[in-house]
Amino acid sequence: MKYIDEYRDPATVKALVAELQRVVTRPWTIMEICGGQTHAIVRFGIDELLPDEITLVHGPGCPVCVTPIEIIDRALAIASREDVIFTTFGDMMRVPGTDKDLLMVKANGGDVRMVYSPLDAIKLARENPDKQVVFFAVGFETTAPTTAMLAQQARVLGLKNVSLLTAHVLVPPAIEALLSSPENLVQGFLAAGHVCTVTGFADYERFAVAYGIPIVVTGFEPVDILSGILETVRQLEAGQARVDNRYGRVVQREGNTRAWSVVAEVFEPCDRQWRGLGSIPMSGLAFREQWAEFDAEQRFDVGDIQSQEDPRCQSGLVLQGRLKPTDCPLFGVECTPEHPLGATMVSSEGACAAYWKYRPAAAVRSETVRDG
Amino acid sequence: MADPINPADMACPMPLNKHDRVLLAHGGGGTLMRDLIRNVFAKTFARDGYTAEHDAARLTMPKGDLAFTTDSYVISPLFFPGGDIGSLAVHGTVNDLAMAGAKPLYLSAGFILEEGLEMAVLERVVASMRAAADAADVVLVTGDTKVVNRGKGDGLYINTAGIGVVPDGIRVGPERIESGDAILVSGDVGRHGLTILATRNELGFQSDLASDSAPVAVAVKALLDSGVEVHCLRDLTRGGLAAALCELAESSRLHFDVEQERVPVLDTTRALGELLGIDPIHVANEGRFVVMVPERQADKALEVLRAVDVSAGAVRVGTVNDQRQPGTVSLLTPYGVRHQLALLSGEQLPRIC
Repeated sequence: MKYIDEYRDPATVKALVAELQRVVTRPWTIMEICGGQTHAIVRFGIDELLPDEITLVHGPGCPVCVTPIEIIDRALAIASREDVIFTTFGDMMRVPGTDKDLLMVKANGGDVRMVYSPLDAIKLARENPDKQVVFFAVGFETTAPTTAMLAQQARVLGLKNVSLLTAHVLVPPAIEALLSSPENLVQGFLAAGHVCTVTGFADYERFAVAYGIPIVVTGFEPVDILSGILETVRQLEAGQARVDNRYGRVVQREGNTRAWSVVAEVFEPCDRQWRGLGSIPMSGLAFREQWAEFDAEQRFDVGDIQSQEDPRCQSGLVLQGRLKPTDCPLFGVECTPEHPLGATMVSSEGACAAYWKYRPAAAVRSETVRDG
Repeated sequence: MADPINPADMACPMPLNKHDRVLLAHGGGGTLMRDLIRNVFAKTFARDGYTAEHDAARLTMPKGDLAFTTDSYVISPLFFPGGDIGSLAVHGTVNDLAMAGAKPLYLSAGFILEEGLEMAVLERVVASMRAAADAADVVLVTGDTKVVNRGKGDGLYINTAGIGVVPDGIRVGPERIESGDAILVSGDVGRHGLTILATRNELGFQSDLASDSAPVAVAVKALLDSGVEVHCLRDLTRGGLAAALCELAESSRLHFDVEQERVPVLDTTRALGELLGIDPIHVANEGRFVVMVPERQADKALEVLRAVDVSAGAVRVGTVNDQRQPGTVSLLTPYGVRHQLALLSGEQLPRIC
């Protein structure tokens, strides 16, 4: 447990908090991009340890949450087909489409399976030659290499019954979209450590200069997160804006070039719709033409899909960091993990899910008011 | 020329009476079922004059209120480090009785077998039930068998019901929890659920974790006999320590202060939980319980619990109060932040008991 205990050590945490208190003189707003960091912050109560001057806002770093409902509905339609074994990571199961989720498809007889690696789809495809095995690939750059490897493996093995429904998204274009918005309030970014493990952080250097904003590559443990915040605040206080790496034990400037070359072989950037943020140029990954045979969207004609997000759900504002989950009037009242109105309430990286899991008190209060 | 006749080959074609797999006929009410009951269940379970052969058993009961419970077991896989579905089906039910302050006495066992189940597997499970029953000092007195078509079950499901007696003067329950009570946990938490998860081969894990599945009645009896005023007991099954505390806080309309650092978790359990993103405080146990006792008796209670094997790792994790929000549990983190502990929604780990 060395790598956990060391980065959760209460004495180090307290020392970092004391240093932050010493350094900060003015109010600053900092966004953590990644939903994994959001969960760690809420879980360990890091936001409550910070000096009052520092406001943390949660970013759009939850790939499941930003997946447009049209893609979810397409996934549900494909998963409902009798000839399909539909595979995906666990936290897609509860994400609501227009009128159902994958668990409901499963309950109605669909063969939906939770897998732990995209490559599990290969095993299933070999064991079930008379079925079409579809992997629903949702994720940032972090998981894109294994998704690409699934297509590569399927080709090497000559498997004709494997395909992928992909909804991969890329972080740098989203950061740029947030920064260039006239409504942007964010003064510093904690960049997502695991994404940078794959991509490196050279891309961010341009943003730091162009938008005059510190970007600090940050890990996921309390000591990592506080170190990232401290570096950001130091730069802000000194009027500096550069990229700094506070996750050096994992991340290098160039990233994992080998992993990324696998992605680049199979996919190319494309414009993508983000729930809550709208269309962002070159922020998604599409199959290159020579890999299109593995595209589930082309393989399965599911006809016209009429998608409709729940109009009450405000996850778009949550994903932009403009609404705190507990400030949403529906949080814990009409929207709970059992009856989610949006993906942010059920994804393992969703901000609403983090607050529900670790800070349900806000919801209890709303219920009391309602009952009273 | 025809081969000479060997008289030893001239046996009548007798119907097979020894089957190495369960057939639908084993639940059909005929001779196969009778033989299964006699040769597997009754033979293994018979004890103290109880034969487990009849549809109803006549029981001799000591004085006191009866405690009665039932539970079904659908765990997958059937065998796991630290136990199997059979031992679990005994431990789970005797522990439910113990949590009412009862001495467990008798169990029934209902089996739902899937056609094709290996008889050797069934025999192993049944033998394990007998061993677990002996260890918990209960008798399996009656049972039932049904067989479902291949593909309609998952090998083997077991239901057990249990009867126990609550000695006169013993009253435990959430209504007796008082502000100021010490909250004790009988040992490290989260091990059973994470062991099962690690054992399922789809994860490809190898670990040396073993389930904590065990009968806890002996620890409860030691506590009650020692004169400690036990206010409440609750086993930490599905939902783990977190669910048990949340439910008790809600029923008692009091607030529980828990210190995160005091909650005992083995390093291996913690490491696996980290890897899977699962907090052991929310994970099921099968041999752990929480107990509320008056502050002044907390040390004595710990001493008594620690003297019993099954609760040797007992520690105090917190205190009941009536100052903070009633009906909730708060967790004090090592950084000095206080959070409300919440029930998780839905099924975190399916089929773990």
